[in-house]
Amino acid sequence: MKTYDLLELAGRNLRESVLRNGLTTAGISIGVASLVAMLSLGSGLQDLANRRLSRSGLFDTVYVTSFRDFRESGPEERERKADVSKARPLDQSVQKDLESIPDVLEVEPEVRFMGEVRYGDATHAAFVAGLPPSDKGNENFEGMKGRFFASSHAQEAIVQMDFAKNLNEKDPNSVVGQDLILRYAERQSFRVDSDPSSGMSDSSGFSVVRKEQKLKIVGIIDQEPFGGMRSISRARLFIPTQLADDLNMMQYSDLRGITGDAVGQKTYLALVVRVTSAGRVQAVQDAIKRLGFRTYSILDATKGLRQFFAVLDLFLGIFGSLALAVASLAIINTLVMAVLERRREIGIMKAVGASDGDVKKLFFAEAGAMGLAGGILGVLLGWSIGRFINFGVNIWLHRRDLPPETIWSSPLWLIGAAIAFSILVSLVAGLYPAARASKLDPVQALKYE
Amino acid sequence: MTNTDAVAILASNVSRHHKLGTTLIRAVDEVSAEIKKGEFVGLLGASGSGKSTLLNLIAGLDRPTAGSIEVLGRNLAQMSSEELSRYRRLKVGMIFQSFNLISSMTVIENVELPLRFAETERSKRERLVHEALDRVEMSHRLAHRPSELSGGEQQRVSIARALINNPLILLADEPTGNLDSRTGGEIINVIRRCNHELKMTVVMVTHERSIAEQVAERMILMTDGRITEQSPPAHEVCR
Repeated sequence: MKTYDLLELAGRNLRESVLRNGLTTAGISIGVASLVAMLSLGSGLQDLANRRLSRSGLFDTVYVTSFRDFRESGPEERERKADVSKARPLDQSVQKDLESIPDVLEVEPEVRFMGEVRYGDATHAAFVAGLPPSDKGNENFEGMKGRFFASSHAQEAIVQMDFAKNLNEKDPNSVVGQDLILRYAERQSFRVDSDPSSGMSDSSGFSVVRKEQKLKIVGIIDQEPFGGMRSISRARLFIPTQLADDLNMMQYSDLRGITGDAVGQKTYLALVVRVTSAGRVQAVQDAIKRLGFRTYSILDATKGLRQFFAVLDLFLGIFGSLALAVASLAIINTLVMAVLERRREIGIMKAVGASDGDVKKLFFAEAGAMGLAGGILGVLLGWSIGRFINFGVNIWLHRRDLPPETIWSSPLWLIGAAIAFSILVSLVAGLYPAARASKLDPVQALKYE
Repeated sequence: MTNTDAVAILASNVSRHHKLGTTLIRAVDEVSAEIKKGEFVGLLGASGSGKSTLLNLIAGLDRPTAGSIEVLGRNLAQMSSEELSRYRRLKVGMIFQSFNLISSMTVIENVELPLRFAETERSKRERLVHEALDRVEMSHRLAHRPSELSGGEQQRVSIARALINNPLILLADEPTGNLDSRTGGEIINVIRRCNHELKMTVVMVTHERSIAEQVAERMILMTDGRITEQSPPAHEVCR
């Protein structure tokens, strides 16, 4: 029998017992809805965690330091047994080299120094840190008062709430839009002729000159950025990274650099490398290590998290499938009843030329059609349940002054897989009734009243 | 000596026994018969004589427990299940006492059903269905369901369904059993036309000798699963 005839006959048979087949299909759809709901919740929570982690700027970031820096003496250093004076300092050429590594989005120097801030008549000491433009999308700047920097060279500042309270205790929010004066140390490189008394071939160095820069306060952030895990977290005043670079603000790395060979050139304490995704961090880290630098990332934490969500999805999928397993019993029951009721019809079909295979395929098609309809309805139902729960969660979050979240995600693969799984379960459930129908003795079936 | 080319059905010592509890039922017991191509044979007997069982064996709906049935040169007992269904689909057409139309299908759908199993092109089906229904004068009730038709009309639809794949043999099991005598006569005439005009071999089971005598060229009488009498073909009697 040709496929379109098979589908037409199956559809006609299903329409003949609309109520019973409809109820069975509803059972399947509830099973699929439960499966979709569970897996969508798992997928949504995983997306939420990934979104939060990626926006935290911690899990897609590699911190690069030079081996010249004496931060620690770990196994890498011992393995290298290298002369630290020969290690490459982190300068603009390294920044360019790192930018050329595949999957690297941006490389920004970490800017951090101690400055003095004059606001009104008072003077305050503060750690100052640079922020690259890409940090604008970071969750730390969500819901900030005011705005992010207008450009990477803007003469603007963002302050932390605690510091804003230092500036204006009564009304810290009023500092937005006001000007402050940042007093900083500017680094001015020089090179002089060799001094035989020092025993060095040349005498390169830099002068430190006190400078001032007027900055407009454009925003206030409530929380400590990056969960306190990045060194800039300790800063209370933030300026655009590029501005700090333009103004040659002296940093701690410059004091370390004075003893090295590259005194005249500008070097950085650390380079912050942002990678396209957390999954590519390891490869980028390896590539940077091959260039001869020390790296650090929080990659292991994401591995553990992925394992956790895989197990969570598995359990949610098993619980969701239970309802579908019950629904498959309903399919078996419906089709076995159909075989009994349509005994005579099966006998007639065999008498006019239907083969055992034709009868088997017909019952399979009916089971598959119920699975398809149940799958589609179930996906719609599961999706609706998800929207409803998400809506409820957001009302709850809103009442607690928390930003709205999407904890529900039904990706296309999940929708397709749920429908396919529904059809598969229905076909498996149809195995026994189809075999029973095909084996009916036509003579006995024709006698059946 | 038998001319095998002229033989449509050849039953040789055919038995169909089955057990009912501890009792062995000999529904058909060592029956041998020969039916020629284009012949109209009446299979007579009282209720339970085994005539319907023999017809089911010829139709390939049932398998003999012993002996062989050769139809158009092929032994049905040796055919696989798939071959038997193909045989039922293309070589024989069946008419039943209780019409056996599918109640949820319209007249057109019932007649079209064997074409679906024969995988006939969709474009050809409408013409074939109309031709078959024209032949039994049922072109005016195409969209009706069996419950909306009279007994005679249902049997006409059943004949159209049996003819749709142009079978060589028409097997009728008490085709007038559920009809009044006038309607029964009309149905017999339709079957006779199939035999005369389409040169189909017809085996008609009936328990009414008078009906068989009207149309059959030869009559086979069965009693308790055995053939007890075979009347010669009508032309032989005339000679």
